[in-house]
Amino acid sequence: MSYAAGVDVGSTQTKAVIIDEDRRIVGRALIDTGAHVVTAAEKAFAEALQHGGLQEPEVEYVIGTGYGRYRVTFGNTQVTEISCHGRGAVHMFPGTRTVVDMGGQDTKAIRVSPTGEILDFCMNDKCAAGTGRFLGAASAALDIPLGELGEVALRSERPVRISTTCTVFAESEVLSWLGKGKKIEDILLGVHQSIAARSIGLLRRVGIEEEVTFTGGVARNVGMIEALNRGLGLKVNVSEESHYMGAVGAALFALDHIRASRAPVDGGAAAAEAIV
Amino acid sequence: MTFTVGIDVGSTYTKALILNAGFEIAGRAITSTGFKLAETSRRVYDEALREAGLRADDVHYVVATGFGRHMVPFSDVHVTDLTASARGTSFLFPNTRTVLDVGGQTMKASRLDGRARVKSFRLNDKCAAGTGAFLEKTARYMGFTTEEIGPLVATSKEAVPISGVCAVFAESEVINQLSLGAAPADIMHGAIASLVDRAVQLMKRVQMEPQFTLIGGILRFETMSRLVRDHLKAEVNVPRGGMVQFATALGAAILGHQRLGKLREMAVKEAPLVSDSFVARW
Repeated sequence: MSYAAGVDVGSTQTKAVIIDEDRRIVGRALIDTGAHVVTAAEKAFAEALQHGGLQEPEVEYVIGTGYGRYRVTFGNTQVTEISCHGRGAVHMFPGTRTVVDMGGQDTKAIRVSPTGEILDFCMNDKCAAGTGRFLGAASAALDIPLGELGEVALRSERPVRISTTCTVFAESEVLSWLGKGKKIEDILLGVHQSIAARSIGLLRRVGIEEEVTFTGGVARNVGMIEALNRGLGLKVNVSEESHYMGAVGAALFALDHIRASRAPVDGGAAAAEAIV
Repeated sequence: MTFTVGIDVGSTYTKALILNAGFEIAGRAITSTGFKLAETSRRVYDEALREAGLRADDVHYVVATGFGRHMVPFSDVHVTDLTASARGTSFLFPNTRTVLDVGGQTMKASRLDGRARVKSFRLNDKCAAGTGAFLEKTARYMGFTTEEIGPLVATSKEAVPISGVCAVFAESEVINQLSLGAAPADIMHGAIASLVDRAVQLMKRVQMEPQFTLIGGILRFETMSRLVRDHLKAEVNVPRGGMVQFATALGAAILGHQRLGKLREMAVKEAPLVSDSFVARW
């Protein structure tokens, strides 16, 4: 049995996934990226190996993705996170046509074909508004752990309307609502709705086609799932592995590579094309 | 003696300035704005009164300005900060035609006519990248406070390019530059340079004309005014003695005296029997 791996070096967290030839996840790991990107990639991969009870030589092909993909020094090649999220989402939810990926510093809207090819995408590359960082700011301002924000927000019945766009100013706005005596859950639902609205704006630019799959670290947040569902008027697909989706996609591309290298020349060329 | 007060409730700091009828500053005070604007404005007013050795009864007119001007419970009138800063800068530098005001959470450019009135203005209050918050964040990512920015950047010889597109994304940029061995002072210098680029863009959009007067808390950093001057290739006026932060409060206090003068004229014309204290209440 040989294995394929994907290492997704995100701005906030680094994820590694190892799959077997039947595309089953056999090992995975998630760590904070921190300042040392190369080390983070190595560490996540080592932890995923350990989690799967595997040795490094057993993994035949490794693909790096995410903003730090060129720092995955042990990787055989790199694929953009857009392609990986599209591929991963279609693998987990075959009906996926639109992907919204919300990470620590960026949000992407991706439209995919039934086979997981990227048809169009759009991302916020100039401004942190509407990304996970907005939640980070609220978490810091309200002194509530990031992981609990969503649940608190869901208790709200009368959300406030967050008027600032900028993530930096949002922190002051959160505090000023608090100063005006608003309930924490109402402020938090307002924050979630404001992020959802920004993301839906991005989704509209690529065209929203069902099913919509929600990936990235923020997909673990139940408040954001609810805010997206309400804003879009549909139910987004969310997997337990949402935040590993980019790494899963990378591992699938790595598996393609392994298969292509074994297949006859023609098949190999076709599979290699699929990677690009 | 007649005294007026200008209270400038800014996004980051609240300033109070007491002016006598000879347009001399009798007292001034500054404090962090925080989130209870009414309390903050009262506190900074009391502090300015104490410094001037006056009581609230001695003051005839209170003019509130700044983003929180509606929240000053004891003000007689409020004016926009653009109107107030036009008056304040024209008093300090009578030939001012363009004002750049860089505060904690806003950046404003305005063009004035020859009589301290605003002809055109542009502002950025939507994005932290064009405001003092950008410098504050950049400093904080490197472990420095806002107050340390001035001394830090004074040691820089060359700016490291910082894109200045987003105050949040600046964090990764700063970390990258630090890991490449750049000095914090040079990174800070680059951050100020990117803020200056944005400032000049804003000034161009109001069709700037000389003379240029620069005010706002960020002008406490001498590097900021030097880079604006280099960029414009023209001399710039910068108020001295801490007045960069008080120019708008000063303008508000001057407007108070002018308003008071008009009210008195009207009172004399229309109701000669009306008392001074009655006028003062209006």
